[in-house]
Amino acid sequence: MSDPGHHSAPSSARPAVLRAASLWLPAGHPWRRLPAIGLVLAVVGLGASLAIGFMSEAARSQLWHSWLVGSLFVLSIALGALFFVLVHHSTQAGWSVVVRRIAEDIMATLPFLALLFVPLLAFGMGDLFHWSHAKEYLNTTFFVIRTAVYFAIWSALAIWFGRLSRLQDDTGDHQLTRRMRKTSLPGLLLFALTVTFFAFDWLMSLNDGWYSTIFGVYFFAGSAMAFFAFFALAVIAARRNGLLAEVVTTEHQHDIGKLLLTFVAFWAYMAFSQFLLIWYANLPEETSFFAQRYTGSWLTAGAVLLFGHFLVPFFLLLSRFAKRNPKALAALSLWLLAMHLLDLYWLVMPKLHPVGLVPSLLDATALIGCCGVFLAAFGGALKRQALVPLRDPRLPESLTFENM
Amino acid sequence: MGLLRPSLPPGEVFGALAEFATPAELYHACEGVRDAGYTRWDAHTPFPIHGLERAMGLRASRLPWVVLVTAVLGAVSGIGLQGWVSTIAYPLVISGKPFFSWPAFIPITFELGVLGGAFGAVLGMLAFNQLPTLHHPLFASQRFERASDDGFFISIESWDPRFDAGRTVDLLRRLGAQEVELVASSSEPAKPGDATTRATP
Repeated sequence: MSDPGHHSAPSSARPAVLRAASLWLPAGHPWRRLPAIGLVLAVVGLGASLAIGFMSEAARSQLWHSWLVGSLFVLSIALGALFFVLVHHSTQAGWSVVVRRIAEDIMATLPFLALLFVPLLAFGMGDLFHWSHAKEYLNTTFFVIRTAVYFAIWSALAIWFGRLSRLQDDTGDHQLTRRMRKTSLPGLLLFALTVTFFAFDWLMSLNDGWYSTIFGVYFFAGSAMAFFAFFALAVIAARRNGLLAEVVTTEHQHDIGKLLLTFVAFWAYMAFSQFLLIWYANLPEETSFFAQRYTGSWLTAGAVLLFGHFLVPFFLLLSRFAKRNPKALAALSLWLLAMHLLDLYWLVMPKLHPVGLVPSLLDATALIGCCGVFLAAFGGALKRQALVPLRDPRLPESLTFENM
Repeated sequence: MGLLRPSLPPGEVFGALAEFATPAELYHACEGVRDAGYTRWDAHTPFPIHGLERAMGLRASRLPWVVLVTAVLGAVSGIGLQGWVSTIAYPLVISGKPFFSWPAFIPITFELGVLGGAFGAVLGMLAFNQLPTLHHPLFASQRFERASDDGFFISIESWDPRFDAGRTVDLLRRLGAQEVELVASSSEPAKPGDATTRATP
């Protein structure tokens, strides 16, 4: 099985020599400016948010809620990337080797995204959280410690798998693949626990007294979906810009599209499972969350999520064309990223605006700033290393991968 | 290929069977047969060969459409049955909820959708492959047994509009076949060497 070319037909053979220009970010490539562009966006976006937010008491509350939505948006994409890399190693996946480095570059943003949560912890806690229940768990000290632990674990995992992968580029040591596989399993366990509790702390506890044991999985499902949407966009954009030529093909894009479809369905499965049990039991302490979101324009937002986050993209993504055509998949991915943003907005904002959706300038500036931090870190990682794991033992298998 | 294969009287030529040495030779031969315009033919290999469907010029399978239709039918019947029972046939008030409580109907609607899709996939696959087929004329060829071991074959059936015993055999030879034989139609498994006519060079 080690020789993937054996059963392949002659037409699927690829050139043996890959061009350096498609494996590295070439000098003068526009993507080399991503860190600079990201930094400008971050400074402008976050600076404007702080300037507007500290003008009045009401604006300050809006500021931290908008900041939270923006931070969660980019954080969830990075967490999805970490999940993808962990699953890649633990399942010994072959097809995804050529796109793994892009995912590693996305997950490399995790240590930098921790910075976005520092102002929230330092200044935003009073505006965001009004805990009256479970004081022994929900108190500021323990909350700060937990948040630090989550980010420490995520950053450690991202750095560990990024470093071993880069090390293999230099040494070509096959043992590194084995080491990454072995560490990916405890890594997945840690990932599952930290993401679950992170969602409990930062999203569920916004709604005082409300709890749902499936909530962590719901947040994870949306995160993974958002990651695959961003992943598809990144890969399509890279190929359009002359990167990864003859390395990443329509076949790899097709598989990313399949995973996107999977997590569109998985998100809906989780969202409905949570809704059904609460609706059926009809217990006041549980229904408060949905009662709030049945009010005013939040109900419309929920309906948009039902159709836009699930029904329409689900049926569109069933088609082979939508997954293999770059323009179609890019359009769907952009749409799904917007839906993921609305999902987070729908989770966070009803507490601040109980009667309905109230768009704010701060929503836009905070989002731009958070995306700027994310882009800067992502662009920095892209520049630092090759665009594919150059000496991964499964690289030949991945290069010749085809969907049957 | 094709759902309707005419039944031939025993003894008549069913088609030409050609054996190739390697997957690569078979692959290129398939391109040749495809380009010659044949439509009623098939390739037989012990394992899947990547890209062979393109070399053969096969169109995308219609099976996904069958699955889509049967899955939607399953889901519609699921919600339809529950809705009819709860609102018309035997309406009951359950925990103060409306008769048509759609959230409660979703799990069964989903499951029946999956069930319909699964039935569509399995039965549709059997139908498109004309299975179960208890006997196939190609079984008359002893050599053909190796299609499940180490042999790579192309069979062109005689009801193909372009089929002509002489010219088809010539084409297969030119495409690099090691051996070409004309297989006679039979309704029963033949005794070894019985119904097979070796095409004379």
